[in-house]
Amino acid sequence: MTTVTTSPPRTASERSPVDRAVMRRVLRVGVLAGGVMVYTAAIGMFQTFNDKEIIDPILSLSYLVLFAIPAVAGASFSKRVAIEGIETEPLSTLDIAKAAIAGAIAGVVVALFALLVDLFPDLRGTFPKLGPQMVRLLTLEYSVASGFIVLPAISAVAAGAGAAFAWIPERIRRPLLLAGASIPVLSMFEPLVDDLFDEIPAITDFLYSPAGALTITSSIVVALVVAGVSYYLRQRDPIIKKRLSQSADVSVRRRTTIVLAIIAILAFVVLPQFLGGIMNELLTNVGLFALMALGLNVVLGFAGLLDLGYVAFFAVGAYTTGVLTSPLSPTWDPVLSWWFAFPAVVVAAVLAGLMVGTPVLRMRGDYLAIVTLGFGEIVRILLLSDWLSPYFGGAQGIRSIPGIPVAGTQVNATSPELMIYAVLVFVFIAVYVSWRLEDSRIGRAWAALREDEDVAEAVGVDTVKAKLLAFVTGAVIASFAGALFAAKVGTVFTNSFQILVSIIILVIVIVGGMGSLPGVVVGALVLIGILGGPNQPGLLQEFGEFKLLIYGALLVYMMLKRPEGLLPSVRRQRELHQDEFLQDAWLDKGEGDEPQSPGPSVAEPGGQA
Amino acid sequence: MPLLETRGLNKTFGGVHAIQDLDFEIEEGEIVSVIGPNGAGKTSFFNVISGIFEPDAGQILFDGLDISGHTPSQITKAGIARTFQNVRLFPNLTVLENAMVGQHCRTSSGIFAAVLRTPKFRREEMMIEKKAKDVLGFFGTRLVGYRFDQPAFVLSYANRRRLEIARAMATEPRVLLLDEPTAGMNPRETIELTELIGKLRDERGFTIVVIEHDMKVVQGVSDRVVVLDHGVKIAEGSYQEVSTNEDVIEAYLGRPADLEGAK
Repeated sequence: MTTVTTSPPRTASERSPVDRAVMRRVLRVGVLAGGVMVYTAAIGMFQTFNDKEIIDPILSLSYLVLFAIPAVAGASFSKRVAIEGIETEPLSTLDIAKAAIAGAIAGVVVALFALLVDLFPDLRGTFPKLGPQMVRLLTLEYSVASGFIVLPAISAVAAGAGAAFAWIPERIRRPLLLAGASIPVLSMFEPLVDDLFDEIPAITDFLYSPAGALTITSSIVVALVVAGVSYYLRQRDPIIKKRLSQSADVSVRRRTTIVLAIIAILAFVVLPQFLGGIMNELLTNVGLFALMALGLNVVLGFAGLLDLGYVAFFAVGAYTTGVLTSPLSPTWDPVLSWWFAFPAVVVAAVLAGLMVGTPVLRMRGDYLAIVTLGFGEIVRILLLSDWLSPYFGGAQGIRSIPGIPVAGTQVNATSPELMIYAVLVFVFIAVYVSWRLEDSRIGRAWAALREDEDVAEAVGVDTVKAKLLAFVTGAVIASFAGALFAAKVGTVFTNSFQILVSIIILVIVIVGGMGSLPGVVVGALVLIGILGGPNQPGLLQEFGEFKLLIYGALLVYMMLKRPEGLLPSVRRQRELHQDEFLQDAWLDKGEGDEPQSPGPSVAEPGGQA
Repeated sequence: MPLLETRGLNKTFGGVHAIQDLDFEIEEGEIVSVIGPNGAGKTSFFNVISGIFEPDAGQILFDGLDISGHTPSQITKAGIARTFQNVRLFPNLTVLENAMVGQHCRTSSGIFAAVLRTPKFRREEMMIEKKAKDVLGFFGTRLVGYRFDQPAFVLSYANRRRLEIARAMATEPRVLLLDEPTAGMNPRETIELTELIGKLRDERGFTIVVIEHDMKVVQGVSDRVVVLDHGVKIAEGSYQEVSTNEDVIEAYLGRPADLEGAK
């Protein structure tokens, strides 16, 4: 988006194209923001969120989300794209004015929508969420008519504030932003905080109102503390940076990584002790999805094979465990313990990996994706078919799968504080295996395969073998998840292996960072932990209904703004930011040369006006 | 016995005879240039030898064994490495990693060795790295030191070509197939590479087949020159012989009558 200078005001008849462009932009942003606001209301998000207070009793999640939209839209007016050699124009009050007008337009759009819903009650037949209650909420309990004043006013203020935010000097802006963000975050994560500190009720009693939101006092305290800490750290920032840059050489950085990894492992080992059942259950789900995502990461992130039917391997693991360990499995009689079934699970996964891998060896890219997508569905439909139903129980699936027997007890969903450890062990195994494989002869072969299959083959990488190895490794890791899942829930049936699971795992890998182990784990934590899996609730249960919408929105946003993922792998980062790397490499080479002075400006800003 | 030999090699694409009844041979330690006008089938010839295309008829004998129909990776493992006309590196891997991939077919550690970091695996990794650094060092300081950890895409064009040769060297081949190694290089770089091709044989003992358009390079490096036109070998011999051969002149410039008519 380019920014345009506005010339001194003129009369309407002699408006320059620039003025008109500015007006068009204001209108566009306003209508767009209004549209998004109306959308959140129309899909019922607004009403659902109204039940969640952020600051009790003055702010609920619904209004926070609603007016965050014009604020974000308004902020776009004070955004400056920095191009070297071109002076960006300073922020001016005009930006705030533009933002406020856009905000007001957005407010008008919402008010119009409220009016529309009010005038045509029949709309309810088509959109059940629309109704008088929503009109009342949207207009903040005022009348529809006064909504035309209240909504534009608040939206304008929100948008203007969004634009004015850029004015605040950087060192204050950051603490302010963090303080502002900490309130909704802390409010939303109330169940987690509650669970963590249930031994110390004084903390939760102070922070939260009975409704489970921050009170006015506590939110002020939280904001002040966060702002203060952030400000203090910011002052120390140069010192920390310096310390880090001193440790630039590889061995020290490596040691830092190992220390961090140990801290993370310890945290994972100790944390479940402090968490209650619900949180452990939630983390177990995160672990299962992280496990699958780690497996897909081997196939997709390392070897570059887009497998959209990945859930099939999860199903293989779960069903093998079910058949072998359940006393109720239809045809298989001997009841094995989980531990004895486990080797069979691995063997089954290897076979499944080979079965899926072999036919698709010659396929690439889109074709591979489509065919594997088909395979994923085939497995599910086969399990339901008359042919395999006698063995796998068809639609009823297999029930009464015992948990993992450990020291005389059964570890399953009824003991989430133990189950989490079983899952963690396998997550660690998967992380360790992936980490070691990536930095090995095989990992390099996969990387070569991902980069250019033909050339990999031509320089002596047996691509058939490398591909099958990737499929098999991925399949085995997913089957771990399947075996744990079966033991945990005690029942496997085809509903748990919908195509959606494959898609969600893919989203975890992409959002987390393809090929990056910490990225994938963080991706699972963020998506499954916070939003929830396809059948698993997340921390923010308010979002439950709109989970997939948010998944989609997040995916689009990430693809546009950060395609390399939250914690990208080095290679992926390089790939997606080649130009920056080229520049760096060029600067490296030019060390000692004369520093490049910012050249003459390419174009006079606003000169074309 | 020639180290690499083709007998009656044929490859057609639809109705186009890319290679017709091609008999070719190269002795160990020889440098042979393959020249010919555009579309003469030179690169197809390389593609068939390196296993990217399967020949329709004929034999490819490497060290006396027929390798036709083998996959490219098997052929690389057997000891024939190649570079590509349009440089094809692994752009997002580092320079060192690119060369290390070349060692893949000379090593054998499996998945368990990698996960458990067995002593054999560690030894092998050290060997791979040593070998990779060694082949990169062949090009002087251009691909070493800070270059090791740079992604391949930051390299200059000439350095990419060098890295591609290094990657081929890392597969420890006996025969190197170089497809237009000096294309796109400036005159100085071309001279330097011409010398390097000689060194590749003299110091490293490779047998080299090189496709080249630059006649100075051809003259500088070749023990023997093979000329292709429309997939057929039209001449063979020393540079002197070939450059005065009438068929060759005709293939490049057309018949004298046409020459007069055209210009």
